[in-house]
Amino acid sequence: MALIKTENFSLGYEGHVIVEDLNFEVNEGDYLCIVGENGSGKSTLMKTLLGLKSKMGGALIFGNGLRKNQIGYLPQQTLTQRDFPASAYEVVISGCLNRSGLFPFYSSRQKESARYNMKLLGITDLAGRCYRELSGGQQQRVLLARALCASSKLLILDEPVSGLDPKVTQEMYSIIEHLNSCGVTIVMVSHDIEASIKYASHILHISHKPLFFGRTEDYLKSDVFKVFCNTSKTDIAAMIPPQSDGKENN
Amino acid sequence: METLIFYFKTYPTVRYSVLVLTLVSLCAALLGVSLVLKRFSMIGDGLSHVAFGATSVATAASFTPVYIALPFTVVSAVLLLRIRSNTKIQGDAAIAMISAGSLAFGYMILNLFPSKSSSISADACSTLFGSASIIGIKRSDVILCAVLAFVVLFVFIFFYHKIFAVTFDENFATATGTKAEIYNTLIAVITGVVIVMAMNMVGSLLISALITFPALSAMRVFKTFKKVIICSAFIAVFCALIGTVICILASTPVGSTIALTNIAVFGIFYLIGALKSGKK
Repeated sequence: MALIKTENFSLGYEGHVIVEDLNFEVNEGDYLCIVGENGSGKSTLMKTLLGLKSKMGGALIFGNGLRKNQIGYLPQQTLTQRDFPASAYEVVISGCLNRSGLFPFYSSRQKESARYNMKLLGITDLAGRCYRELSGGQQQRVLLARALCASSKLLILDEPVSGLDPKVTQEMYSIIEHLNSCGVTIVMVSHDIEASIKYASHILHISHKPLFFGRTEDYLKSDVFKVFCNTSKTDIAAMIPPQSDGKENN
Repeated sequence: METLIFYFKTYPTVRYSVLVLTLVSLCAALLGVSLVLKRFSMIGDGLSHVAFGATSVATAASFTPVYIALPFTVVSAVLLLRIRSNTKIQGDAAIAMISAGSLAFGYMILNLFPSKSSSISADACSTLFGSASIIGIKRSDVILCAVLAFVVLFVFIFFYHKIFAVTFDENFATATGTKAEIYNTLIAVITGVVIVMAMNMVGSLLISALITFPALSAMRVFKTFKKVIICSAFIAVFCALIGTVICILASTPVGSTIALTNIAVFGIFYLIGALKSGKK
């Protein structure tokens, strides 16, 4: 059974439907990229999946024993966080809260999990550093470690590379690819179509109607993709080679 | 020194008052860190005006102010937070509306129904700026304040990690199953309680100083949440004690003395912070 499955799902805000008849599913080990133009409803879809917004219609089904609070989430940075006094460790371990219940303190298992995830992302030596003084890439790693503390099953990433320079962007993609190969299911909202095609196993292209959902290689052949690339003046030919390198593990 | 000892011996309430002022400052400072970081500082200010309005009503009806002001302020706190999450009315505009509204309402009530015991200006002045001297604090207020302060401290320590999570990233907390709404409401309720407790002593216009200054001072120097919380707690206690001593010795009003002590400490921490970052 799929981790997430939607049936005739529609979403929007304040009574306006933005996306209708959305049917897609995310299976364990998938790497799904949600692409589309600005304002097409990518972020709204993500917020609806996370339960931050309520759906407008249809069904959203969580399977395989996935509970709603077992989704790791990498949000875009908010304004508040830019001057927030917090150490990297404090931020990471706050991801473990969903396992605390009412108990007021962190258990040694939660602390262990925070340390493990920091090591996994290579930020162990940043633990005591102030979050706001870290570089953009380091901050993203901290937030990713926090997301992993919340769930090692499914991560939902909201534009994880926005505002990062090319080198750090590349590192970020490598980390995400590595996590995916370790069995973490990835759902990523992205405007970086090139990288989406390169890394994702599935693509969901949404617009006012869901235009495409399927495997990446089928997406490359679809009319939706061709039209999208023509309007955004992206060179299709430049994108296909990395795809044929064989990043298809599903 | 003799004056101090004389006061402590002659007026037993002075001893309680020092205790309660310290506790209230401590609560306000702990809460302040969260409020300042959530950009809610003005909510504290707005609420203190609501408390003023409620107190005026209580004075006019010859009730004990706290029993009216407490529920009123707590309800307004919850409502203000609701308005903030509603995008149709801007949060800061809502606060301005509510604070000006309650000030106007409170002063009108004071004038329409003057109490027999004291003059209007004395009533208004003591509600707005706090007791003129340390002896003016009543024993019944002291006990209630102490109880409330311990409840606030307990709640804060018990939910410390949740408050951190909700303050740092509300969306993430909600998405991963922490009920941010509940903790926001909790923060609002505590804010209301702290404001009403502090109002009798430091006055409704000066409460914001107790809430914001310790947090801001601590944030100049320390960079982790835990250290900021601990430091602002120390600053609050220190300022409350020093402030009380000064106001006994110099017979200055309680609220403004403590507020000014906090401002002085902020100045010192600002310098330390500047020196620290200059060295790097």
